[in-house]
Amino acid sequence: MQASFSFLAAENLACRRGERLLFRKLSFRLEAGSACHVTGANGAGKTTLLRALAGLTTPYAGEVQRKGALDLVDERTGLDPDLPLGKALAFWAKIDLDSPLMFDAYCERLGLNNLLEVPMRYLSTGQKKRAALARMMIWGADIWLLDEPLSGLDTASQALVSELVREHCSYRGIALIASHQPLDVPGMTSFAIEDYAPAQEDFGSEEEDA
Amino acid sequence: MILALLRRDLAQFFPFTGSGAALPTVFFVAVAMLFPFAVGPDVNLLAKTGGGVVWIAALLAAILPLEKLVARDIALGFFDQLRLRGATEEAMMAVRLLAHWLSFGPPLLLATFPAAALLKIEGESFSILLLGLLAGTPGLAAIGLMIAALTASLRAGAALSGLLLIPLALPILIFGAGALARADPVSLGFVGAISLGLVAIAPFAAGAAIRAAREQ
Repeated sequence: MQASFSFLAAENLACRRGERLLFRKLSFRLEAGSACHVTGANGAGKTTLLRALAGLTTPYAGEVQRKGALDLVDERTGLDPDLPLGKALAFWAKIDLDSPLMFDAYCERLGLNNLLEVPMRYLSTGQKKRAALARMMIWGADIWLLDEPLSGLDTASQALVSELVREHCSYRGIALIASHQPLDVPGMTSFAIEDYAPAQEDFGSEEEDA
Repeated sequence: MILALLRRDLAQFFPFTGSGAALPTVFFVAVAMLFPFAVGPDVNLLAKTGGGVVWIAALLAAILPLEKLVARDIALGFFDQLRLRGATEEAMMAVRLLAHWLSFGPPLLLATFPAAALLKIEGESFSILLLGLLAGTPGLAAIGLMIAALTASLRAGAALSGLLLIPLALPILIFGAGALARADPVSLGFVGAISLGLVAIAPFAAGAAIRAAREQ
């Protein structure tokens, strides 16, 4: 299922939110089988970076290149709040999953088996996050972009996320994780998004240009 | 993927399965029922004005579900996930347009039978009314979808959508209700043409609006 030569690369990327430039001159390249941890304070631009990498927004400058299917897990689950969890997941499984047998396996792995009848809106933050991770597992895209995958999760589930990422990389997948908490993934590179924040003088010239 | 999406959209907006989606049709019949009480039981007056009232009621019924037509799925990240799977916003909106029309168009046409009986609309006027609604409701659905997508990311979206609707819905209303006043079936052709034009541009306008909403 995984293409063995998928990659994700950013070149000279710059993004802004509103009028504010969040980061610039950000370049990296992730080859198949590698994971990367992005750190940064709240509002530093992690979510903006992930959405730009996913192709959902157009970066202010620079470009994103990738090969392979890309999935994004953030605080928006994409799962219908009015439906029971099982049915909400089944919608995506119908689109994404080749073998229905795996559906139960993924749900069990993420501890969702007892929750399949519960409407999405009654789930707790952590349960919703696990549901979003199940949706990601069901698709099994080559590139995973995870926005704060650990927030709201209990200790056991946090360990599970690290385990899933390790497995994904061993199957030559790519994972880019924006998180405040550390993940236990050997060989994971990391960078802080603040290192690419525009210096003060850059800000000055930007404002003059505007 | 398109089929799965259509089925999901229909389940969400269709009367009796979706959450409170039967409301537009009920609203439509309620207007037709209350109107004779408001203007008095003068058969001639009812027959003369009834058609216009039905059109206004249809228009209002079409915009009742607007608030959750697009905004809810944007907040849910639903369109984002479809985008990641390679679907275009235009395709999503075309499916949504079809689902929106199916959810209120056919029920409305059925409800026109009791509504017309209550308002004393009979014979040729009735067939013109029915044909007019058949031709006009897709256009109303298209207007609704465009407005819903354009106002989805605005805080005062609901108030604005009412305001936006007025100029956009005028042509359909003029020709649709006008066909009744003059008993002139030719106007129905205009209604159909306006509807077709609106249906053709709606997925593109709404799709662009959804993309623009992401950039904020």
